[in-house]
Amino acid sequence: MNYLLRGIGVVTAVGVASLLAFSLPSGDAHGDGGGNVLPRTTNKAWQQECASCHIAYSPAFLPKASWRRLMGGLDQHFGENASLDPATQADILRFLEANAADSGTSRMGSRVMQSMGANQAPLRVTETRWFVRKHDEVSKPVWSRKSIGSAANCAACHRQAEQGVFDEDTVRIPKQ
Amino acid sequence: MIKHLLYGGLAVLGMASAVAAADSPASLMAQYAQQAGVPVSGLSASRGAALYRTEHPGRDGQAVSCAGCHTANPAQAGRSRVGKRIEPLAPVANPQRFTDATKVEKWFRRNCQDVLQRECSAQEKGDFIAWLSQAR
Repeated sequence: MNYLLRGIGVVTAVGVASLLAFSLPSGDAHGDGGGNVLPRTTNKAWQQECASCHIAYSPAFLPKASWRRLMGGLDQHFGENASLDPATQADILRFLEANAADSGTSRMGSRVMQSMGANQAPLRVTETRWFVRKHDEVSKPVWSRKSIGSAANCAACHRQAEQGVFDEDTVRIPKQ
Repeated sequence: MIKHLLYGGLAVLGMASAVAAADSPASLMAQYAQQAGVPVSGLSASRGAALYRTEHPGRDGQAVSCAGCHTANPAQAGRSRVGKRIEPLAPVANPQRFTDATKVEKWFRRNCQDVLQRECSAQEKGDFIAWLSQAR
């Protein structure tokens, strides 16, 4: 009996929760702060899941086609298993597509697209011509400094990366 | 009025989900022991420690272990491969750990595949939590 009541409770809770999830917008953009500052766009699952291992890379860094490829291969995500349950995966992909570089929602995204060849869908932000050009003054030994580790670690130098701020004024390259 | 109903509904929902998510290291150990068909006393902290520390050849041939990212001392913070801080794994240092069965299963699924190239058994998961919950 106890189990039955509990079961009903859980089913009701899940039902109400999914209704709420569908009736609320899953991402919200508030203006664009210019080419080096991203609109303050967020999505709970994107923040929670993607930012477990690295900063939650902005949707504006890659086109929709890239995000589709990336989210389709999470079980082999740059050598790690980052698989998700299907509902969370679909929620995150919707958010990424709605705010991707080619969605027209940010100036940074438009700049990423300006130097992207047609039909290109890179998996790494660091492979985009936009990223390479923006970082052409950073030499190889700098990238491998201990506190930086790799070019995937935006926040090592872009101190406000997690807030979507990539202005040059906020860059501090660690010495070690 | 509608607002009140809505808030009342949300409060009930909040309570329901709080009850549903009330897992603990002890309750998870009990569940894994049951799945493995052993009593809770059949879980072994020393086997859990060995699972945590043992290095295995990873996908690219490099040695991988749990300790590789979570550090030799699970009460300390670790670092992901791209340098992001990983909060400590031992409940003594991080009481949030092992309080959400869905999250625990997600990370076992992923990390056992990365370290062991296979899923972990219920026995292994129980041993692992047995060791971490007594780590100081």
